[in-house]
Amino acid sequence: MLATEASLRKTALNPVHRRMGAKMVEFNGWEMPVEYPRSGGIIAEHMAVRTGVGLFDVSHMGDIRVSGSQALGAVQHISMNDASRLAVGQAQYSALLYPQGTFVDDVIVHRIGEDDYLLVINAGTREKDFNWVRQNSGGFGCKVENLSDDYTQIAIQGPEAVKLLQSLTDVDLSHLKFYWFTRGDVCGTRNVLIARTGYTGEDGFEIYIPSDEATSAEVWEALLAAGKEFGCLACGLGARNTLRLEAKLALYDHEISDTINVWEAGLDRFCKMERPDFIGRAALEKAKAEGLKRTLVGLEMVERGIARDGYKVRDENGREIGYVTSGSPSPFLKRNIALAYVPPEFREVGSTVNVEIRGQGVKAQVVPTPFYKRAKN
Amino acid sequence: MPYPSDFKYTKEHEWIKAEGGIATLGITNYAQESLGDIVFVELPKPGAEVTKGKTFGSIESVKAVSDLYAPASGTVSEVNGELSTAPEKINKDAHSAWMIKIKLKDPGELSSLLSAADYEKFVAEEGSH
Repeated sequence: MLATEASLRKTALNPVHRRMGAKMVEFNGWEMPVEYPRSGGIIAEHMAVRTGVGLFDVSHMGDIRVSGSQALGAVQHISMNDASRLAVGQAQYSALLYPQGTFVDDVIVHRIGEDDYLLVINAGTREKDFNWVRQNSGGFGCKVENLSDDYTQIAIQGPEAVKLLQSLTDVDLSHLKFYWFTRGDVCGTRNVLIARTGYTGEDGFEIYIPSDEATSAEVWEALLAAGKEFGCLACGLGARNTLRLEAKLALYDHEISDTINVWEAGLDRFCKMERPDFIGRAALEKAKAEGLKRTLVGLEMVERGIARDGYKVRDENGREIGYVTSGSPSPFLKRNIALAYVPPEFREVGSTVNVEIRGQGVKAQVVPTPFYKRAKN
Repeated sequence: MPYPSDFKYTKEHEWIKAEGGIATLGITNYAQESLGDIVFVELPKPGAEVTKGKTFGSIESVKAVSDLYAPASGTVSEVNGELSTAPEKINKDAHSAWMIKIKLKDPGELSSLLSAADYEKFVAEEGSH
């Protein structure tokens, strides 16, 4: 079914993106900016995030609140990390799993109060996740609310992100550690949730402000204006993808999906099997015993060519062994990189494979991931 | 940006300029703007045959792969080697960054292509969607 322009959902910042001359595209039912030609486009936006700071409208993402005396029990039941380790003000990367140990979605769990959790989820899975959380929290004394439309979410990412945001908030950001969050004034808007999280592999923040158009535009423009001295650029989904790929961060329906399990995706460290029970745990235990049949590896093209999503991966004899989940030029590394599922015997760094590009096998090799890791400051 | 009046154009946003029996071709400014940063161009080798309306190579931006369609038929006589190491030249000046030169099989094929004025009109209509 074709989504016509009229039926695409729009974020509160949509008029701002259009005013800025952004190239708009459809993404999971949303009309979103893919790049801003006046910023210089994807490569310039990508480099701004790696060397200065970039702004992203990520309001299309979803927000589910789970609150009540048994909220923790519900969250622990449906997700694979250990939310009991969270202090109020702390967040963790996690995932909602199906009983088969495969992914409903990946999620960032924020403990916003004693018995109060905010799950930030992907754009394309808003309804699916909300229904899943509601159905599977039924046995727990808690309330599940879909707050997705309540927030405009802006990501401020890059080495200069802290300086930029600090200039516009009363919160002392130097005390806000990675994967912690707080509330404060941002550009005169009160009680803004400020989280030190992101999807770029850089330091940065995601702020959650009221989703009315006026407030959203005001904060966005203020960030851009104050950001000028730090080389701040508005960034679209194009740069968002190249940044997260370099940092080896998963994208739903690519590295993770309802047919891929936690071990295959290499997300072991976020899956706390020592916990007695959560949806998917039994299947994961069984899968662990059976051993990996495929694993996610990083590839770098050796011969000329760009590996892209869905391209087949073959061994040196031409036998099909896997496929590319995400592939693209890497603006920072200036090489063509990809993530791919291959059998475990090909996982060793230096292994050679061929990526089928328009009917031709093009040589690539397995490289360590993440492809990019920011310098610790 | 004005479209050179001595070029002919296609609805697939290629340009072609014929001088005697040899034609030079590339993609238009509208095409490079739509594509964004160009990172890769795949072109045929000298001696290869190209056929009007059929693909002769591909061009890639960060996000996507697009086919290149031959505006006319012929044999490749020269390939712009710069584009394998500096494909961004197409973004900088699409009407100078030629891709291939071909020895035309039938110069008459160009007469059905768009003039600069017709192409500008076509592009204005495309952009309004």
